Amino acid sequence: MITLHNVSKQFESFEAIKNVSLSIKSGEIYGIIGASGAGKSTLIRMMNYIEKPDEGSVVIDGEALDQVKHKRIRHIRQSLAMVFQGYNLVGNKTVYDNVAVPLELSKVPRRDRAERVLESLRFVGLETLKNQYPGQLSGGQKQRVAIARALVNNPSVLLCDEPTSSLDPNTTAEVLEVLKRINERLGVTIVIVSHEMEVIKSLCQRVTVMADGKVYDTVENNPTGVHHMEHSAEGFVKRLRSGGDANDS
Amino acid sequence: MIPDVLVEYQSEIWVSIGETFVLVGFAILAALLVGLPIGTFLFLCRKGQLLENQFVFSSLNLIVNLIRSFPFLLLVIFIIPFTRFVMGTAIGTVAATLPMMIIAMAHYSRLVEQSLLDVPKGVMEAAVSMGASIKDIIFKFLYVEARSALVLSMTTSTISFISYSTIMGVVGGGGIGDFAIRYGYQQFRTDLMIYVIIIILVFVQFIQYAGITLARKIDKR
Repeated sequence: MITLHNVSKQFESFEAIKNVSLSIKSGEIYGIIGASGAGKSTLIRMMNYIEKPDEGSVVIDGEALDQVKHKRIRHIRQSLAMVFQGYNLVGNKTVYDNVAVPLELSKVPRRDRAERVLESLRFVGLETLKNQYPGQLSGGQKQRVAIARALVNNPSVLLCDEPTSSLDPNTTAEVLEVLKRINERLGVTIVIVSHEMEVIKSLCQRVTVMADGKVYDTVENNPTGVHHMEHSAEGFVKRLRSGGDANDS
Repeated sequence: MIPDVLVEYQSEIWVSIGETFVLVGFAILAALLVGLPIGTFLFLCRKGQLLENQFVFSSLNLIVNLIRSFPFLLLVIFIIPFTRFVMGTAIGTVAATLPMMIIAMAHYSRLVEQSLLDVPKGVMEAAVSMGASIKDIIFKFLYVEARSALVLSMTTSTISFISYSTIMGVVGGGGIGDFAIRYGYQQFRTDLMIYVIIIILVFVQFIQYAGITLARKIDKR
């Protein structure tokens, strides 16, 4: 379980996150939606402590990250895999080697790596491309490699920072389908940040709406929840509910 | 086929080439063993990087800048007492490797820092998110992603080292450049000097070609 207690973060004079609290349960798909600059990417980066909050605390499965040593944080990060908008693959490594990196980092013996890497690539349907380099792949394939890399070490949580923002609608659907399967078959908790309402609506069970560094509301992704959102965040959420892009403001 | 003048001086030329190899070889070693870590450290200590440390960065940056901005001939002479202290003598090829190594460290470290700046920030971010240690980030991400730029930087550095080595005659360091000056220029054997320059040009072209070919081969991005 991931819990953020009253976290705040400031970049020079800009307040990116203002006193945010939220709690994500094991096994759920949790969405965070908001316009650009709402603070959602900063928030998801706090969950694995890539961004340290100036105030407040981040608790992962009962461990407050500000109370543990850096080495322990590195260890915790291995169970909180992350997928990025820009894929962030190593261009000079093959697909296979990219996916194998987390296993190398957690000192899995070389002989045990091959099966796990291939299994992970099979899961995202890219086993045949294992000897290609990222530069030879399409955007959707790169993102699936990034997901395979995130999965290979059997994480308990997958943090997805705008994973479909650079993709066309068809490829977005493919990636969302993979994320759904990861949650259903492997029981991995998924936290997804997006500014695309359709992505959040099609995937998430609970949604937090953010704007201006603050949480507007957290609701269930059902008609009642959407109705509640509409009344709690007024104009901003109405735009989201109409199926539009939160950036269309 | 081989010009008479080269045949006449061939033993001296081979010795000079050997001296150049020693001077440049030690410079390359220092660049790799010391310049590479310094350049990496410079990069990591920059603002916004993993080991951000303004004091360490500014201090290292100043030292590298000072060494690089020193006119090399004056650097060689200026550090003679230091060379004598470290090497036991300030004269000869072995002693001359010290100033070569010092300039090599500074030269390559700056190029390493610049090469690493080209590594996409997202790759570093991914490494951190995977729980990579600093050592892992350097060897499994930074150097892998920047390897082609690092090879090209070493190519540029090696060519500069050959150029630097040509003035090492001032402290009896020898080398092919020193041979061209002493036997060609000072003994009015312009033809000999031109042939030696051609030998140096061939060396440089070969190094440049090899560097570019290797960099291209290992760049899969």
